Amino acid sequence: MITLQHYLFLAAALFILGAVGVMFRRNLIVILMSLELMLNAVNLTFIAFSRYLGSIEGQIFVLFIMIVAAAEVAVGLAIAVAVYRQRGTVDINQVNLMKW
Amino acid sequence: MEAVIFYALAAIILISAICVVFLRRPMHNVLFMIIVMVGLAAMFILLHAEFIGMVQLVVYAGAVMVLFLFVIMLLNLDQIRLPNDPRQARTWIGVSAALILLFFLFPVLRSFIPAVSAPSSASDVSNTELIARELFTTYLLPFEVASVLLLAAIIGTVLLARKRS
Amino acid sequence: MIELVWLIPVFPFIGFLINGLFGRNFPEKVIGWIGALSVGASFVLTVGIFLQLLGMPPEARAVQKVVYTWMLSGDLNVPIAFLVDPLSIIMLLVVSGVGCLIHIYSIGYMHGELGFRRFFAYLNLFVFNMLILVSANNFLLMFVGWEGVGLCSYLLIGYYYEKQSAADAGKKAFVVNRIGDFGFLIGIFLIFVTFGTLNYTDVFAAATGKLEQGGLIVTMITLLLFVGATGKSAQIPLYTWLPDAMEGPTPVSALIHAATMVTAGVYMVARCSLLYAMAPVSITVVAVVGGATALFAATMGITQYDIKRVLAYSTISQLGYMFMALGVGAFASGIFHLMTHAFFKALLFLAAGSVMHAMSGELDMRKMGALKSKLPYTHGTYLFGTLAIAGIFPFAGFFSKDEILFYSLLRHPAFWILGAVAAIMTSFYMFRSLYMTFYGESHVDHETAHHVHESPPLMTGPLVILAFLSLVGGLVGIPIIHGWHHFGDFLAPVFASAKNILDHGHAEHHSLALELVLMAVSLGIAFFGLFLARYMYVTKPSVSEKMVETFGPVHTLVYNKYWMDELYDVLFVNSIVKFSRLLWKYVDEGIIDGIVNGVASVTRNIGTGLRWLQTGLVKDYAFSVLLGVLAIIGYLVLK
Repeated sequence: MITLQHYLFLAAALFILGAVGVMFRRNLIVILMSLELMLNAVNLTFIAFSRYLGSIEGQIFVLFIMIVAAAEVAVGLAIAVAVYRQRGTVDINQVNLMKW
Repeated sequence: MEAVIFYALAAIILISAICVVFLRRPMHNVLFMIIVMVGLAAMFILLHAEFIGMVQLVVYAGAVMVLFLFVIMLLNLDQIRLPNDPRQARTWIGVSAALILLFFLFPVLRSFIPAVSAPSSASDVSNTELIARELFTTYLLPFEVASVLLLAAIIGTVLLARKRS
Repeated sequence: MIELVWLIPVFPFIGFLINGLFGRNFPEKVIGWIGALSVGASFVLTVGIFLQLLGMPPEARAVQKVVYTWMLSGDLNVPIAFLVDPLSIIMLLVVSGVGCLIHIYSIGYMHGELGFRRFFAYLNLFVFNMLILVSANNFLLMFVGWEGVGLCSYLLIGYYYEKQSAADAGKKAFVVNRIGDFGFLIGIFLIFVTFGTLNYTDVFAAATGKLEQGGLIVTMITLLLFVGATGKSAQIPLYTWLPDAMEGPTPVSALIHAATMVTAGVYMVARCSLLYAMAPVSITVVAVVGGATALFAATMGITQYDIKRVLAYSTISQLGYMFMALGVGAFASGIFHLMTHAFFKALLFLAAGSVMHAMSGELDMRKMGALKSKLPYTHGTYLFGTLAIAGIFPFAGFFSKDEILFYSLLRHPAFWILGAVAAIMTSFYMFRSLYMTFYGESHVDHETAHHVHESPPLMTGPLVILAFLSLVGGLVGIPIIHGWHHFGDFLAPVFASAKNILDHGHAEHHSLALELVLMAVSLGIAFFGLFLARYMYVTKPSVSEKMVETFGPVHTLVYNKYWMDELYDVLFVNSIVKFSRLLWKYVDEGIIDGIVNGVASVTRNIGTGLRWLQTGLVKDYAFSVLLGVLAIIGYLVLK
């Protein structure tokens, strides 16, 4: 019998993996992908709750998350391209203007 | 039957996700990411969210990942090998912190709601229709606003990515 | 029209604002005429109000006009309000009238100077403050003007601020004035504590009831106020700033000495005549300080070679006269002398400025001489001024000075002797300056002699007007026939209550013969000074040099102004400087800076310690977020 917890555990594991990717990968593209991973983990919890609470709202929410995610990926990749043009690298460690 | 499918899908998704995060070649990352997306789409369908599953396939596994591929090929990133991060220690501290977080998360998640079995989706209305009905009545305004957001993203993308003379 | 009294000070202030804020690109002529006309407008309005005041019955000639409430706090209620009475209207006439002439003169005199606009802006502000001072109806508003003229004198004396001596002189004037202002302010506090109000009318109305005749409080109030007056009006012991104030442009000196600033103290004491009348000790102090200053400053005037310094000491001396007049109870005579003095002293300064203008800035009278033919207007007007200040009939100074000497004799012969000796000296040193400058042999450099020229009409015009006033200004107070003394009668209501106390109710009757004898004596005194100067500087110039040799040490002492500046330096300035240095080195640098720097360095050290946290990499910040989440969830789980 698969319960809600199973899905939540899977989503948590995916989220942590995504977080690790965001924090420790240096390639901007991969970081964006890890971000997507985290978003998808969240989506999974929404869908699971939607199923187990018998409510359609969770799915609506996921739809909006997807819209936002698509926009975010488009802009994020555009930024990555711009950074690459400017600095000739996608290494996030080289992009440290926040410390002057 | 459902349990078998769940565990099989969960295994595929997790392994692919680990590959996404830890493999060094961006091209591999993207390919494994597609597997994760497809797996999640299947998982959604398993959860009786057929419409979302399809959108997942089309938007994520399709459009978004193609975008990633484009960028990687465009910038010829697959050739780039970033040197090892000199701060290895921090990486390992981070990973172990993440694992401890995961370890802490399980009891929290377990204590959530008493695990009720999934109510059978007895309604004769299809999942797509349900979503559509909600989307175009209750959530009409957010839906329209979302289109503005997408427009803004398109303009922003063009602005950011165009070549400056 | 009397309701419009508040406009009188407003006009110069508008001039100040226009020139100060927008005058950057105006041509000189426009700036100058804005300045002059704004004061001129005040003068015209003052004349209008004066005429209206004359049409009123004498008892009703005190009108207060409240513009708005400035401060309201508990018992303290200070309005921006003006008082029009004979005393203030005369002050307003003198300040705006003479001020206006000086403004016009300045247009010519300051032509081509750097900072022309700044000069006129300050000048207007100066007049504004002085008008506030004399037209206020309460002590606090008067204090505003009082401080304002102090500030403007600082700004204008230090007008050539690139010059060290000018900057020092400005500072000196400011600091010395501050000492006096301190006393004045405490006096105002004491008035408020005693009466609960600062309005003149209320204070004077309550004075006889609340204070006992000759009591401690009234004596303290009047003495403290007089400390302020000695600062502003350059009396012993705070007179030292005035000679140094010569560092400013000459029109400024004229303004300070004639119309504004130094007359403030005289006006204030006259305004508080009732309080002084109630404090016999204070009024005697005023008379003694005034008489002593008159004599003391006159001796210093004799030895100076700088034409402006001679005039400066003569101002101090004449101010001493005014205070002596106030001190012997002749308030109207003091104000009368203030007015005539304003005419001839402005005239003398402006004429001296004209000489300076002609001589390319030369001030030393030893390098002048025989300028009479080259500067006819300047010579003529300077002669008028000299005749007036020396007290030769029928010039203005004769009447006012004679009156003061007369009343001094009535009070105590000692005052008369002080005044008479000072009068001889005044006559002597003024004619000395006249002869050294315009007569005798020329000592002018060859180079300068080429350029000597009469000043433009813009400068000689005001000179001629002032010369005319110096000639006829005294006629308003002809003393012989009592009914003719319009000036004294006009002022009488203001000083009536003070007079009552001083005369113990019965007016004194003095014989016409005594007056005539005294007039003859003072005329003789003036002529004696004249002939002495003529003998020593024109007929036999060698005599003056021989005198200097004969009285070597005395001359050196007087020439160096009795080393008063040096004495003050040793007594006060040095010890204060030393103490301040102590405060600076230990208290300020050690403790206060130590605290401030300590706070800063602690902060900086903490910052340095925490610096490694700021890597500038976004992912590191994300890592911190992860650790935070870990901490929160860990706490929830392990709780």
